[in-house]
Amino acid sequence: MWRRIALLFGAVWCLAGCAVQTAALREHAPPGLPPQAELAQTSFHPQTDLQCGPAALATALGAMGVEASPAALADEVFLPARGGSLQLEMLAGVRRHGAVATRIPGTLAAVLREVAAGHVVVVLQNLGLSLVPLWHYAVVVGYDLPAGEVILRSGTTQRDRVSLRTFEYTWARSDFWAFVATPPGQWPATAQESSAVEAATGFERVGTPAQSLQVYETANARWPASLPLAIGLGNAAYALGDKPRAAQVFERAADEHDHAAAWFNLAQVRLELGQADAARAAAQRALQAPGDPRWAARARELLAQPTMRP
Amino acid sequence: MLCAQRFISTVTALSLCGVAGMQPARAANLITAEEVAVSQGVVSVAGSRAQLLAALARDDVAAALAERGVSVAQARARAEALTDAEAAQLMAGIDQSPAGASELLGTVVLVAVLLVFTDILGFTRIFPFLRPAR
Repeated sequence: MWRRIALLFGAVWCLAGCAVQTAALREHAPPGLPPQAELAQTSFHPQTDLQCGPAALATALGAMGVEASPAALADEVFLPARGGSLQLEMLAGVRRHGAVATRIPGTLAAVLREVAAGHVVVVLQNLGLSLVPLWHYAVVVGYDLPAGEVILRSGTTQRDRVSLRTFEYTWARSDFWAFVATPPGQWPATAQESSAVEAATGFERVGTPAQSLQVYETANARWPASLPLAIGLGNAAYALGDKPRAAQVFERAADEHDHAAAWFNLAQVRLELGQADAARAAAQRALQAPGDPRWAARARELLAQPTMRP
Repeated sequence: MLCAQRFISTVTALSLCGVAGMQPARAANLITAEEVAVSQGVVSVAGSRAQLLAALARDDVAAALAERGVSVAQARARAEALTDAEAAQLMAGIDQSPAGASELLGTVVLVAVLLVFTDILGFTRIFPFLRPAR
């Protein structure tokens, strides 16, 4: 019988794994990271019933000055049949309030860096075990490296001090899922290009063209080598009616990346600007450049238009 | 139940018909950043499939959300706030993906599971159908 219990504990131990990041963090603090930080003025929205998602969202939006009540947010993210909120809808919920939701790398160091940079971090935890999941959204608002703790706005606890080790265990079970909400034009300190692309294209779905322009302008400044971000900037300028600027952006992107999407968009905008010859040249390049075959087909259609003929 | 679900799906699908082209900063005649991101694999989801299903997925997502208790108007707005790739991903995992809920509910479940274990081990007898191991 004791063997059974030992086996059970062994199994639980294996499921839990090791708090690798915590050990590394406590041994060598990342360079330039203050030992303690806390965004103490972050407002708190205690959760009601099952609604930790709306409560965490209200806390994150409130931290950037957007006031929204958990009750109103529940309509936007809570899924009654699941009794909870899905991760993708949490991101979409941020967008619907005019803010940008960007995933950050799944490392403790990234979370602490964001807090040190003044951004609260929304995390998904599994407070139970993988076999008995207990999914929970919380907001990291502070940390104390010497004490080995993170400080959360969590559930009905305003200042929940959790050991880094326990936090790592519970966070690891959500595959280290975390995001930061920022106003358009600002980005998380640790954001990477791919998550910025996801954040910007998602924001574009619901944001105004002027806000989208701001998002893409700042993203291009930070990740100048990204083709999707350049295409987004051109689209945003175009949506605001600034076709000359759109043409300029697409031209630079086409030169740098020689990609069918950039050439096609350049051709389209040049055509609308009445530059038929230049548009034809760009459409020809779109036919040869790498990219999705559908875009070559669209370039062919464009070349067949009467206004394109020499 | 099934009839009711079908009815809701139909109502949702019909009410979605009127709102095509509501996407603010996305020009119809240009290739979007989202399309480029998917084709380049920057967006991490099963991309090409997401693109093919794009138009369909949005209606499906709204209907699926409505079937799961979201009001029809909210379901539509929620579906509109997702990218094509996200819409496809959401549909794929709507009943399995983690849904952050509550500390309390889960605690009850955890305690129940622990009690099942202790029942099996013979320490407790909460669930009479569980026989202790000998």
